[in-house]
Amino acid sequence: MIATDLIAVEDLERADLERILETAERMQELSRRTVKKVPTLRGRTIVNLFFEPSTRTRTSFEIAGKRLSADVINFSTSSSSLSKHESILDTARTLDAMQPDAVVVRHQVAGVPKRIADVLDSPVINAGDGAHEHPTQALLDLLTVQQEKGRIDGLTVAIVGDIVHSRVARSNIYGFLKMGAEVRVAGPPTMLPAGIETLGVKAFISLREALDGADVVMALRIQLERLAGSLFPSIREYAETFGISRATLRYAKDDAIVMHPGPVNRGVELAHDLADHRPSVILDQVRNGVALRMAVLYLLAGRERAVGAEGPL
Amino acid sequence: MAHETARSPASPGSEPASGGAASGSVVLDDTGIRRALMRIAHEIVERNQDLGRLYLVAVPNGGIPLARQLAENLRQIADADVTVGILDTTLYRDDLISRGERPRLRRTEMPSVVDDRIVVLVDDVASTGRTIRAAMDALMDFGRPRAVQVVALVDRGHRELPIRIDYVGKNIPTQIGDSVQLRGEDGGLEGPLRVVVVPAGAEGGA
Repeated sequence: MIATDLIAVEDLERADLERILETAERMQELSRRTVKKVPTLRGRTIVNLFFEPSTRTRTSFEIAGKRLSADVINFSTSSSSLSKHESILDTARTLDAMQPDAVVVRHQVAGVPKRIADVLDSPVINAGDGAHEHPTQALLDLLTVQQEKGRIDGLTVAIVGDIVHSRVARSNIYGFLKMGAEVRVAGPPTMLPAGIETLGVKAFISLREALDGADVVMALRIQLERLAGSLFPSIREYAETFGISRATLRYAKDDAIVMHPGPVNRGVELAHDLADHRPSVILDQVRNGVALRMAVLYLLAGRERAVGAEGPL
Repeated sequence: MAHETARSPASPGSEPASGGAASGSVVLDDTGIRRALMRIAHEIVERNQDLGRLYLVAVPNGGIPLARQLAENLRQIADADVTVGILDTTLYRDDLISRGERPRLRRTEMPSVVDDRIVVLVDDVASTGRTIRAAMDALMDFGRPRAVQVVALVDRGHRELPIRIDYVGKNIPTQIGDSVQLRGEDGGLEGPLRVVVVPAGAEGGA
């Protein structure tokens, strides 16, 4: 792993993914200790630069950094000059002059983390950019599946929901395909990108067909605040057609697990009782997120940007 | 031990070579290792009255088969049932930041509490003392042992910290750039073990 940034799962090799997952598995042991902190990144600074609201991902990175003894600084739109119309790159350059050892970036526009990485000396980790990618979410999903199923290779994964607008879906499509799984996507036709099959996935507009024989069912969050009324007739119709419930889950394998990147719209993409109980593994995903982000910070934070080592991990 | 061998100029940023059986001279064979571990088990019994408090903690990977053999020996000679733990020291190393690629993490399994136990750290090769320093720091995060003692199958010298090895299998003088490795069959740590010294520069990049 010679690279300095984590921008997109699309850029990674399978060996990179395996290295990150292996490191995360080791990090999980730390979370079971009474003292959950190791001195690895002592005296190092990690900046969380969030241009878009986020509680889960930002907190997860913050806990991960702190468990490795780094100092974690949060910049978000409401509390900084980000709301004073300073340009993104100027903000990034200002931060870089303070010499952080890693910068975690979330932005509503695809491509911003990459642009920032091109300017900064510090390693940049993409925490979600527009509808492009959310690599640490996909990696924690891979980790969760690997632990639940003992493998990823050969599994069938069905991703259900708004595929067009979902960076989680894109990162997961790349991640699961690279790890040897079969990936299916399902949703109303308005939510399936044209030509999605060229990525190597199978697209379905029937939930039943998509779930047939699936080992993993991943429900995506319907962004009610942005989409209601535009891409599907009603929330109720969506819930009836594409909502995951114990009834629809019968199409999948008996031991299928249900995943969701959160936060869940209960009763929309996921039935109430499924959100809280097996076979859903939503809280395991959250737990694994901390270990996974510790792994990414361990592998990247504070590393010198060696000449000629640009590019993916 | 990856910690210390990796410091030699011949092997930047890599694990100690596990294969490459061709190079290196054997300084301790399987019989020698077994004898040393039996003697060390007797010394542990001699020094510690309360064997019920003993807790063998291996530094991976080399310490693991050695700690298991020591536990077996203690069972034979003193009828003691001693727990074996595994403690990876990587996250406590003092040279992580200065190096390029981050080393692989090894597993940690600490099945018993550390508080009030006599912890015997088991490593294959002791040298600078930095691995033992890291292991002690890691151990303290698990609790407050009554005492900490150290076993090293081989002590090759070149200490850089005030660390004492309590039980030494064999002292082997070496050059700083040499690599001293515990090896098993097929490059792993299974089957008959042996300790080899690979002279500096003999194994391009280890």
